[in-house]
Formats: sequence, C-alpha cells, structure tokens
Amino acid sequence: MTTTAEPTKADPTGPAEPEEELPPPPADEEDIPVPPGAPRALLRSLLGPHRARIAVAMVVILVQQAALQSGPLLVAVAMDRAIPALREHDSGPLIAVVAAYLFCALLSPVLQWLFIKISARVNQDILLELRGRIFRHAQRLSLDFHERYTSGRIISRATSDIDALRELLSEGLQELLTVFLSVCYISVLLLVLDWRLGLVSLVSGVPLALIARSFRRRSRRVYRRSRTSAASLIVRFTETMNGIRPVQAFRREQANDAAFAVVNRQSATATADGLLEIARYVGLSRTTANLWVTGVVLFGSYLVVDDSLELGALTAFVLYLRRLYDPIDQLAMFLNSYQSAAAALEKIAGLLAHEPTVAEPAEPAALPEPAGTGREVSFEQTRFAYRTGKEVLPPFDLLIPAGQTVAVVGATGAGKSTVAKLLARFYDPTDGRIRLDGVDLRELATPELRRGVVMVTQESFLFSGTVAENIAIGRPGATREEVEQAARDIGAYEFIAALPDGFDTDVRKRGGRISAGQRQLVAFARALLADPAVLILDEATSSLDVPGEQAVQRAMRTVLAGRTAVIIAHRLSTVEIADRVLVMDQGRIVEDGSPQELIDGSGRFATLHRAWRDSLV
Amino acid sequence: MAENIQNDDTATVRPHSTVRSLLRLWPYARAVRGRLAVSVTAATLGMLSTLAVPVILGRIVDGPLAEHDLAALWPLVGLLLLVGLVEAGLFFTRRVVLARPLAGLETAMRGDLFAKLQRLPVSFHDRWGSGQLLSRATADMYTMRLFLAFPLVFLIVNSVMFLAGAVVMFSQDWRLALIALLPVVPLFVLTRRFEAGYSGSSRLAQDQNGDLATVVEESVLGIRILKAFGRHRSMAERFRAQSQELRRTELRKAHLLANLWAVIVGLPELALGGALAVGAYLVAHDELSAGTLVAFLSTALALRWPVESLGWLLAYANEAATATDRFFEVLDEPDTQDRGTATGGPVRRILPDQTAALGCVHRKAEEGVHAEHRRPTTTQRGACPGVAGPAGSAGQAPAAPDGIRFTGVRFRYPDAPEDSPDLLTDIDLHIRSGETMALVGATGSGKTTLTALLPRLYEATAGAITLDGRDIRDLPRERLRELVAVAFEEPTLFSATVRENVLMGAPGASAEQLRSALATAQAGFVDKLPEGADTEVGEQGLSLSGGQRQRLALARAVVGDPAFLVLDDPLSALDVHTEALVERALREVLGTTTALVVAHRPSTVLLADRVAVLADGRITAVGTHQELLRDCPHYRELMSGEAALVSEGSTAP
Repeated sequence: MTTTAEPTKADPTGPAEPEEELPPPPADEEDIPVPPGAPRALLRSLLGPHRARIAVAMVVILVQQAALQSGPLLVAVAMDRAIPALREHDSGPLIAVVAAYLFCALLSPVLQWLFIKISARVNQDILLELRGRIFRHAQRLSLDFHERYTSGRIISRATSDIDALRELLSEGLQELLTVFLSVCYISVLLLVLDWRLGLVSLVSGVPLALIARSFRRRSRRVYRRSRTSAASLIVRFTETMNGIRPVQAFRREQANDAAFAVVNRQSATATADGLLEIARYVGLSRTTANLWVTGVVLFGSYLVVDDSLELGALTAFVLYLRRLYDPIDQLAMFLNSYQSAAAALEKIAGLLAHEPTVAEPAEPAALPEPAGTGREVSFEQTRFAYRTGKEVLPPFDLLIPAGQTVAVVGATGAGKSTVAKLLARFYDPTDGRIRLDGVDLRELATPELRRGVVMVTQESFLFSGTVAENIAIGRPGATREEVEQAARDIGAYEFIAALPDGFDTDVRKRGGRISAGQRQLVAFARALLADPAVLILDEATSSLDVPGEQAVQRAMRTVLAGRTAVIIAHRLSTVEIADRVLVMDQGRIVEDGSPQELIDGSGRFATLHRAWRDSLV
Repeated sequence: MAENIQNDDTATVRPHSTVRSLLRLWPYARAVRGRLAVSVTAATLGMLSTLAVPVILGRIVDGPLAEHDLAALWPLVGLLLLVGLVEAGLFFTRRVVLARPLAGLETAMRGDLFAKLQRLPVSFHDRWGSGQLLSRATADMYTMRLFLAFPLVFLIVNSVMFLAGAVVMFSQDWRLALIALLPVVPLFVLTRRFEAGYSGSSRLAQDQNGDLATVVEESVLGIRILKAFGRHRSMAERFRAQSQELRRTELRKAHLLANLWAVIVGLPELALGGALAVGAYLVAHDELSAGTLVAFLSTALALRWPVESLGWLLAYANEAATATDRFFEVLDEPDTQDRGTATGGPVRRILPDQTAALGCVHRKAEEGVHAEHRRPTTTQRGACPGVAGPAGSAGQAPAAPDGIRFTGVRFRYPDAPEDSPDLLTDIDLHIRSGETMALVGATGSGKTTLTALLPRLYEATAGAITLDGRDIRDLPRERLRELVAVAFEEPTLFSATVRENVLMGAPGASAEQLRSALATAQAGFVDKLPEGADTEVGEQGLSLSGGQRQRLALARAVVGDPAFLVLDDPLSALDVHTEALVERALREVLGTTTALVVAHRPSTVLLADRVAVLADGRITAVGTHQELLRDCPHYRELMSGEAALVSEGSTAP
C-alpha cells in the first residue's frame, strides 16, 4: 500500500456530523462580460470568408436594379422617338425599344433569381458556421461554467439568438443593398438634373441620419432587454418541460402559468417597445422627408419663376426626389432586424469570448505506450478551492499505482466527488498537479486524456437515439458486436435485448422507456466500451438493485483487471472488490489501507462497515 | 445518434391549405381585429396619399408655375405639405396601433401553449423532443406575430391596390389592360404550385429547427457524460450534420422562392413590353392618344410593387401557416378526461372530504409531535388511526378507510408496439390504510411505472385504482395530486428558493411544517446555505449535489403530511450514515400515512410493514420482509443477490 496521506487515527465516537459541501454561487446574466469590439470582430470573421460571393451578389443586384430602373426610361424613349418614327412608317425604333424592354424584362428576373440563390448560400453558410461555433464552444467550456450558467441560456444563444441573425441575413442585407443602391442612383440623378436642388435635397441626409442614430441608440437597450427576456422565457420553458413529472405531481401548473406569464409579459413589453421605436422612427423620418419635398418644391418653383430652371426639369426632379425617400420603410425594417441581430450577436460574442477554465494544452504531451496494466495516478500537493476562495480539498499527496482499484468512502460532502472530478479533469486543481504516468493532466489533449481516464457519474442521462448509439458514445467507431459485448460484460444485455427493438430501440420512442437502474447499466457499458486505462466510478451503482449491483461487481472483477480504478460509493459493497480503501472526511484522507486492514481496525471505516453489514438482510 | 427526433405525429400530418391554417389564428386575431382594421385602413390611406403627391405636383406644374403665378403656388404647396404630414402620420399609425396588441397576441398564444403543455399527459412529453416544443414556443410564435404585423396587412392593401389599378387600366384602354393583365392567370397557377412545394419545405425547416434545439438541449444537459468521454467532437459532428440538413432545406426554400420571384418579376414585365409595343402601334395609328398611353404605362409601373411583393408575402404566409399548424398540433392534443370533472356528482362528493382532510392535517401534525415520544414500531403502525379520519368523517364510506387498492390494473405505454406484451398485466394490490408497503422488483420490472399510475401521471390501460374506496379517475386531478405526494427517483428541483421547492407539496404549510419536513429529510445543510431556506436553487440557482437534491425532494413529499405517500427509491443517493438518519425520521412520518415505497435494498424495505413483489407484470407475493425471505426465492434473490448469501441473509436479524 502506498500511503502518502497522513492517516488520522479514527475518532472513537464514530463519524462526525458531516460538513456538507456547498456549491459555488450561480452566475448572473451579466456574469459573462462582452469584450469591447468582440461582436464586430465576430461579424467580420463570419463575413470574411464569403467576401467574393458577397461582391458577386452586389454586382448582380447592381445590374438588376439598372435593368429594373430602365423601364421608365425606355417608355420615355418610345414616346419621344419610336412613335413619331412609326408615324413615318419606320418601325425600326419601336422594335428596338420593345426589344430592349423585353431584354430588361428577362434580365432582371434572371439576376434576381441569381441574387437570391447566391445570398441564400452565403446566409446559410454563415448560420451553419455560427451555429457550429456556438455549439462547439459550449461543449468546450468547462464544467464549472455549465454548473453556473443556466442550460436554457446556452440553448437560447443557439436558437433564438441565431433566429435573430437569420432574420437580418435573409432579408436585412438585401434590403440594405437595394436601399443603398437606390439612394446612390437617385442622388446622382438629382445632382445631374440640377445641382442646386440636388445639394439641398442631399442635405436632408443629415437630419435623417440623426433620426436613425437616435433610433439605434434608443432601440439598443430595448433589444438587449428583448434578448434577455427571450432567454429567460426559454429558461422557464425548458425547466418546466424537463421536470414535467414533478410539475404535474405537485400541481405546479397554475403557479408556473403565473411565473411564465411574468417573463412572457416582459418579453411582450420588450417586443412592443421595439415595434414602437420603429413606428416612431418611420413617423419622424417620413415627416422630415415630406417637409423636405415641400421645401424643394417651393425652392424649385422660385427657380422656375426666375427662369433659372426648366419646368420639365423640376417635375422630373421632384418625382425622383420622392423616390429618394421611398426606402425609408425598408431601411426601418433593416434597422429593426439589425438592432435585434446586434443584440443577439453581442450575447453570442460574449459566450464565444468566454474561455474555458479547463483549457486545452497549447503543446499537448503524449502518454507513454500503455503497458496493459492501467496507468499510475499521482496527486502532488493537489489543492482545490472554489472561485469564492472556499477550500474544498486542502493540499494532499496520493499515489495510486497502475492497476490498483481504490475505493473512496466518506460522508456526503467529504470531497470524494471533487477528487474524482479533478482526476477526470472536469476541474483543474487550484494548486499542485495530477499526473498520469508522470504526465500532467493539463498537458494532455482531450482525445489522449479520454483514452486514459473515463468517468461514470451517477447521472443517468440518455441522449435521444438508440440504446446502441448511447453505448457507442464510449467509442464511436465500435462495431455492433463490441457494443453488445460491452452490454453483456456488465449484465445489461438481457434487458436491452428484451426492449421492443433490442439495441435499436429509440430511448425516446415506442415504449423504449428505461428505468434509472437500467440507465446506469447503459452508462457502465459505455465506459467499458471506452476501454480506458483509468476508470472512475462516481456513485455509479446507486440506482441498481442488489442483484444488479452484484452482477456489476462480478463483472468488475474481470473488467478492472489491467486498469487503474477509483470507485466512489456510498454502499460499501463496492469495497469488496477494492485493493485499497481511502476514507475521506472534510476534504482530507483520514484512513488508507486494504479493506481487511481497515475492517479489522477500529477506525471510521470499521464503524461504517459494521453499520453497513447491519443494514443488509 | 438519432438522425431526426421529429416524432411520428408531425411527420404524418396532413397538409392543410395555407388559408385554412391561417384562419385558425382567428380566435387569437379576433381580439386585435379592430386594431388590424385600423392598420389596414391606415396603410391603404397611406398608399393613396402617396399616390396623391404626383397629382398635386402635376397641378403645381400645370397651374402656378406654367403661369408664373406665385400667389396661386402657396395653397398647393400647403396642400402638398398637408398630404405629406398625413402620409407620415398614417405610416406611423399603421405600426403604432399594432405594436402592443400583437405583442399581446404573441404572449397569449405562448401562454396558452405553455399552459396546455403543462397539462398534457406525461406520455405526450415522452414522445416529443423538448426542442420541438421549445421551437414552437419561440420561433414559430415569432413567425405568426410577424405575419399578422406586416404580410397580412400588405396582402390586403396590395390586393386592393392591384384591383383598383386594374380597374383604372381597363378604364384607360381595355385592349392594353388585357395584355398587361394576361400574366395573372399563369401567376395564379404558379403561386398555387409554389405554395404546395414551399409549405412542405417550410414545415420541414421548422421541424429541423426544433430537432436542432433538441440536440443543443441534450448536449448541455448531458454535458458531464460528453466531457467524461471526451465526446464533444462527435456530438458536434451530429449537430453539424443536422444543421447541414437544415441548411439544405433552407436552400431549397430559397430556390423555390427564387423561382417564384423570377416569374413574378419577369412575367408582368414581359406583358408590359407587349403592351408598350401594341400601345405605340395604336398611338402611331391614331387609335390611342399619347397621353392615355403614358397614363396607362405609369399606372402599370405603379402596380409593379404590389405584384412583386406577392413573392415574399406568400412566402411569409406559408411559413406562418406551417407555424400555425405546428402550434395547433399541440393545442389539439386531447386532454385526458377527468371523469370527476365531466360529471358534477363526484366533484361535489369531494368537497366534504377536503375539509375533512384539512382537519386531518392538524390531527396528524399533533400525532407527529406525539410520535417523538414513542418508539415507532411496526405493531403500533398497524393500529395507527392516522388516515382513518378523512373518509369516515365525510360520512360517505361507513366502513374503515380502505387505503390504496389496485384491482386488475393493466398498463402499456400508449406508444408501445402492438406486438409487445403489457408492462403491467394484472396488478392486484391492497395497501391498508395507514400501512407502508414496499414495492420490490427487478430492475425494469415496472415499479416506477406502477407508482406513476397513482397520481395519474400515466393512465392505467385497464382496471381500477381506488384511494379509500374512491376511484382515482373520479377525483379531479388537482385534488388527487393533493392527496398523493410523490418523491421521484430523479429528484428535480426548480429555479426557486429551497422553501418554495419544498412547499410545492403543500402550499399552505407553516414554517413549522417546513422545518419538520427538512428535519425528516436530514436536510440540515439548508441552514448553511448563504440565505438558508431562501436560497435560490435549481437551474438558475445553486446546483446542489445529488444527495442534497434527493433530500429536498423527500422533504417536498413529506411536507404537510399527505394522506398518501409514494416514494420511489428515496434514499439511493445518500450515504449509509445519512440514510440511517433519514430512515429513523421517515419511520415517524410513515406511521401517519398510507405509503407505497419502491425499494431496492433491505434497508429501505425495513421502512415498510409489508412488501409486495412485482414480477412479470403482476404482484407475485405480498408479505412481511421475514415471510418473503422465507417463502419467496425471487425476493431472496432481489434482496441478497447471490444464492450464496441467501442462507446467511435469511438468518440475519
């Protein structure tokens, strides 16, 4: 036995009142700071790879607009040239004009078609990329983050925030482009028609820009509120649906209705406030635009009366001026989706900028070749404390030789699970290190680490899909035979085979309900399939019945051969297969020895073991 | 993993016509119909004032300017200003009147969806991916609201504009009008066809969106497993594959829309080219005045927007229609009927019980205190009159209260394959009033399912379950669940304070009862939480350990001394020491209630007076622990496992 921890002599009065481990405080919505410029940088990195296609799309829409706008011009030519020519029995000009018209009539839809196709591809590629980034990043973030950050909020980042962006991409960008182009066209036309009137008209851009800016500023807050309330809606919703059994059993329906109504109303208020901001923006800009038109007409009229402007020129000018302001509504829609998307992007950028505390190594080290006897684990002056500073594990040393099976026992909150989580690298130690065959865990890349260490938790979550797929999470490339063998080894084969579709039973469908005990067996099979050098079992048999647990114990005797294992258990039955037992209390290892040594002694373990024996039949 | 979590119901849904689907929104839209009418009117008037501006400009040019009469200019400029302001006002009005009502409509629909989902049977939730429900409550809701706010208004306004334009064109020249309007027929046919194709894709995209949400949700909820196996890459692969499917569907939608749009933009333009040629010919041959041709072509060009906009308005309408279908798929799910609420009789019969039960709570509370002083033993428990009160004092059951009785109960999951046997084939079990019955059976034998029948989380397929002689189907569900408290195998805490989480079991319970429930569950750690019982826990609060959650769930079940208690392996996550303490405290609680306890271990079984063994879908043996150890080999095996241990186990004290 390798005993590096100082075993304290047992307390003769039996185990002390357990000092319960308290979890770290939860995160607030604002806990994730958004680095300045992050949303913009994110947007750039998303658009960047599609620069070429965006440029093509812009050219296409440019030509398309030209084709579309040429209609009135061709009508004018027909009136001025073709009809007089036709009266002279010269049908040439008319044919030419009509041909040109038909050409534009064909060109414009073809280009429109092309534009929709290109921009849809760009949009979908961007969304695909962003969805993937959010997903991968959320997966990469450390467990301590997930324990603090509500799952519903991550879900809302990947769903409703993405929806906001999709909105902007699918309509907003096209709108912005057409608005921009038509404003450019018409501004040039106006200046060409009459530069004085043109300048006066273009000055209207100043108040219009000011109004747009005020709208953006005012709506930014509203849309942030809107994103936050959308997230809290999702949080409430998912929580209720995931806990539908207790909700119904404890008659929470009405209380939940009321609680949901609160967030629902908040969301409605934010939505309506946003819509009102747009209404205000549209009203103000329209008023400004129409005032300007009136002013220009008045100014132009004086110019005409002064004979410094052609009457026809003024008519044309004013008609075009009206069209300068036509896109105000479109611009409003664009600004609307833009603001909403900007708020969403901000949230997403915040999530993406959050670095995992358990980071991948920059230069991963490799483990030595496996010897087939498991790997040696050493804790060296390892200490763990929460971010709040509360110490969970004071510094300790522990050497587990390769191939040893160690049982860790102790009261709830003694720190057993924390030791397991450190070894599985769910957390990194605050001080000190943990080595696997001499290599610091922090230097191992995830795939290498997970070939080395795998942990089975008491959690028995099943992913949707078949039972076989759930087991194959242990080793995605495994064949069906290997999956079934793993199930057989752990004693799960019979119940799986008895399911409606056997291993192909969808766990969410068609009567594929699987009890908590069965889930734990699936989790075991998964771990066996992964075939790790070090296996950690954290309360992995709590829901099994006695025969199930014994079957697992039996299986373990063969399965654990050639592996290092750390088994955390409340039930001392597990201890029987262990080579060594550690008793923990308040973060310290207080007893360390072979099961027999400890049982024969007079320490806590002996007391515990007696109590446990008594609790058996 | 599953390629598509979309459930069978959504896949086989019959395609509705867009209009029929959208009409289903009427009950909700009714509330805002006045506002919608105002908005449509404002939009129409706004369009008209937009059209009026060129007319006024023409007047200005033809009148004052042509005659260099500045005095006459002012009234017309004033009119121009007025029309401009009115136009701006109308644009403002169109949006303002709908802002709050539509947000309210969205809220109402979402609230209804949420309320409905909460009340649908658990079997419904088993079938549906949670992301599918979530996407219905968020993305679909947004689509429907957006449709009412904009596309609906413009479908109406633009149709009016189009009809008005058509009338004007016919009045100008019927021949040219015929040519210009010729594309209406093929456009009509094409949009019908588009609708059929687009609806399918739009529906598919919405379903795929829901599936994506499910994957995201699972990946977050199962993060520990993914981390433990370092499988985030394969999960990301799966997510990627699904988002690529969604991308394909979205591109298919874009393709359809591009086709439609090309036709919608192209055909009218071609017709206009024709009209231009014919018109020019007619003018040249003096069959038409040049002015009329110009006016005609201006009108035709003005109709460009109403026609072109048809493309995306239809796309929106289709998406809103499929979103509506998805919404009503949930709302149309049949509720399981309460016999108790359907007929008036049983409800009335419950009322006296309610007061009786209240009285019972007091009495039981006293008894609980009293129990502190006596050693609860099995013999005393049998004689405990704890629940003898309610039915007796109600005066409708003269005999002693009957406890819980399962008679010929069968159960199969509603979605189980036809050829599979029933999970529970014939359950006959009587738990006497005041008795604690342990339920023992092999993993997967249906113990949890059996307990879920009692609060009617699932409905028995056949047979009857009675509580003190009353069929549970005759009790309003609310009342039934008040009588039956459950501690689930997987303890779920909600985002609320510890106090709220525990008092869910008995909203009216006193601080004293809370304290005693926490004490029973050995949840002393609550006092050490930052804010004691007022600390927020659950998803949005502190994440407690499995053992801590289990103890709070236990406290929730026992608070307020429920008449009937169901505990599903309530001590699995506790260490031996805590388990012993909980057991000691729990004995007192169990002495005053009728309880069914699912047990995996001897220590839990010892809480019970008698034990029922569940095997092959029926209760194969009932007896005390000792009797069963002696007489029932299956039970011996369940309790002590290996045959080698049996003899040793059976002689144990």
